Amino acid sequence: MRISVQEAPFHLGAEVEAFTRPLDGMGALVTFTGVVRDSVETPLLAMEIEHYPGMTETALTEIATQAQSRWHLGDVLVIHRYGRLAPGDMIMMVATAAPHRNDAFEAAEFLMDYLKSRAPFWKREITKDGATWVAAKDEDEAALDRWSDPKINS
Amino acid sequence: MEVVYFAWVRERIGVPRERVETDAATVTDLVSELRAREDRYAVAFADLSALRVAVDQQLTDFDASLEGVREIAFFPPMTGG
Repeated sequence: MRISVQEAPFHLGAEVEAFTRPLDGMGALVTFTGVVRDSVETPLLAMEIEHYPGMTETALTEIATQAQSRWHLGDVLVIHRYGRLAPGDMIMMVATAAPHRNDAFEAAEFLMDYLKSRAPFWKREITKDGATWVAAKDEDEAALDRWSDPKINS
Repeated sequence: MEVVYFAWVRERIGVPRERVETDAATVTDLVSELRAREDRYAVAFADLSALRVAVDQQLTDFDASLEGVREIAFFPPMTGG
């Protein structure tokens, strides 16, 4: 498992390449990358991401450990950036490796759902009109419910 | 104990962290003490449903005990990913 909370950009290709060597016994590799989305109505100048140093690493490690205990995974990678990002910049990535694809896909979705609402990051959008904190969405919180259903784990 | 604020909570209170001497037994008790101090706290803590709390860097509830706690953090719902 590797967890990285960093200000610097990451190189998606290099990270995936490093993650896949070696992958003994793994038949599936899933990656997800979050990108700073520009807005059509009010162009985004920048996105600023604040986090809680210390708790962030602990929370991400706990979420990744939970994923490893719930699915049959070979390895997990989580990279999340903070600081000032531009539209089109990569914010974060998760990668999961598993013998079979269902485990890799589900674990990646679980990681995304949890780190959206349970990892201490806060996004702020900067436009020509000023800065606005991004509000958490009810559906992000609701997305966690499906993982409390024991049937998911069967 | 150290009290830490993030995002708009930090902006409303005006500092990222501060040391608070308190005998508050629970998070809610501490919030009541802070609210009574100054308007900026009353404004930041006006709606607890809009806030989350972590005690020694673990998410918890407002009825959590503060016994032995070194650091408490207040912040809006998280927006990672």
